[in-house]
Amino acid sequence: MKIAVCIKQVVTREWQLRVADSGTWIRDADASFELNEPDAYALEEALRLKEKHGGEVVVCSAGPARSAQVIREALARGADRAIHVESDALATADAFAVAGAIADAIRDEAFDLVLTGLQSDDQGFGQVGVVLAEALGMPHATIIMEVQVTDAAGHSGLRVKRELEGGWFQWVTLPLPALLTIQSGINQLRYATLKGIMAAKKKEIRKVARASLPPASQTIRRIAFPEKAKRTEMISGSAAEAAKTLVTKLRDEARVIER
Amino acid sequence: MILVVAEQRDGVLNRASWETIAAAQQLSAPVAVALLGSGIDALATELATADVSAVLVVDHPALASYTADGTVLALAALIEQEQPDRVFFPHTYQTRDFAPALAARVKRPIVTDVVATKDGRYVRPVFQGKLMAEVEAAGAAPLVTFQIGAYRADSVAKKTTGSAEIRRASIDIDSSRIRQKPEAPFKEARQSVDLSQAERIVAVGRGIKGQEHLSVVEQLAKALGAEIAASRPICDAGWLPMDRQIGSSGQTVAPKLYLALGISGAIQHLVGMKSSRVIVAINKDPEAPIFELADYGIVGDLFEIVPAMIAELNK
Repeated sequence: MKIAVCIKQVVTREWQLRVADSGTWIRDADASFELNEPDAYALEEALRLKEKHGGEVVVCSAGPARSAQVIREALARGADRAIHVESDALATADAFAVAGAIADAIRDEAFDLVLTGLQSDDQGFGQVGVVLAEALGMPHATIIMEVQVTDAAGHSGLRVKRELEGGWFQWVTLPLPALLTIQSGINQLRYATLKGIMAAKKKEIRKVARASLPPASQTIRRIAFPEKAKRTEMISGSAAEAAKTLVTKLRDEARVIER
Repeated sequence: MILVVAEQRDGVLNRASWETIAAAQQLSAPVAVALLGSGIDALATELATADVSAVLVVDHPALASYTADGTVLALAALIEQEQPDRVFFPHTYQTRDFAPALAARVKRPIVTDVVATKDGRYVRPVFQGKLMAEVEAAGAAPLVTFQIGAYRADSVAKKTTGSAEIRRASIDIDSSRIRQKPEAPFKEARQSVDLSQAERIVAVGRGIKGQEHLSVVEQLAKALGAEIAASRPICDAGWLPMDRQIGSSGQTVAPKLYLALGISGAIQHLVGMKSSRVIVAINKDPEAPIFELADYGIVGDLFEIVPAMIAELNK
């Protein structure tokens, strides 16, 4: 099975966000970056499918030059090769631009399966995977928690477990080629071994230029920290003082714990 | 005209449909509601109590069970016929499954997870809710999905007399073009703990760092008379069972006391606990979104504060 996994580089969760002077994005020149978490689960799922059914895992990322960091990490974890659509503008582009860039870069490779994470930790559109399926003419299913490969009368397909809300699930079958967006927690992640890191250095990264992007379908005009919805009483002091004050307030003010 | 796409499963309306109608009614434009399914007259009548111009029913056997392909085919045809200025959806898992493909099909922008509108802009969380972005859609005809809980279902304006016109849209769907074959939805067996009944909950998130640190949290829960719960990453890692998970993919709770330890407050978690009566947040990051909801907050190291709380409670 020939599998493409779309990955995105995002700022690390621990990074202290600051609004850039433009007021429309964050100040990320000196940020630290990591692999978008749901994409890590998509990659792991692809590696497991390859181990079970054979084939090839190709990671694909549309982003600026710095995205090479997460591409190399994916190769170190076990992906066979990579495609990097390189463009600074893709770092903050909308889902149509990103999906279009990836679709053009992978269309001729005729993948059997394309996996993405369900959404990115930065923009959080939750759109790229589904729009990519539409661009590639593939059926899709989203927020997937289990993937089974079926083979009925020589036609291979998938039976996948979709997560619905409130603890509900649903199995859906669909023919290959197909695209799935993967939910965090579908599997247990592996990390790169030293051997994997060494091997990654020899793996192919095909770079694809993206000269121009389509006009933006949506634009951030302002970005800001949220306004407080509620008045929060912040309790300061040493750990012991803060703990004592909190317990007293929960007992006597809020009256939510018993003496 | 704003077209609101209602959501139903097995003849039951998703409550979030009403929230989205409320969002549309706040804008000065006529509102129509679309309802897709098979044998859904009763639901159409229910929706027609809202103060809207019409309820458009797409009733077709191919729509009896939800599929992404069937929904995209039906709504692309309906949008072509009705030419709405905007199309609104509740930001449910189902909408997330089809709406981006629909937007690509009808070549309209799509703005997702919107919590408010402001002077023609859409306000949506970015960076996991740590920042809010005001977004402008190009052109005048976007698809917009609204975050669950951002608008109140009970604020929907109802018709004072009569009810809205119910119109059956004539749309044919070629079922051979539906590639997904769904099976019946099911609930994962044995939900052994019903956290919705708990009076007090101590919930842990990524800040707990390792499974070995759970014992101190258990001691705190015991001292408070509380149940233990967690955000998704903790259950994904297998540190606590899935039935202890709070949030959009887990349980929804509203206890008297919700104590969030090392939980930053991603929206998927907040929707499951924001109705709690008293919310306490302890987190090392002063900008963690959980503090937006908290009644009491402590910025600090939970590994110092939690033992101090246990000592204080056991005095």
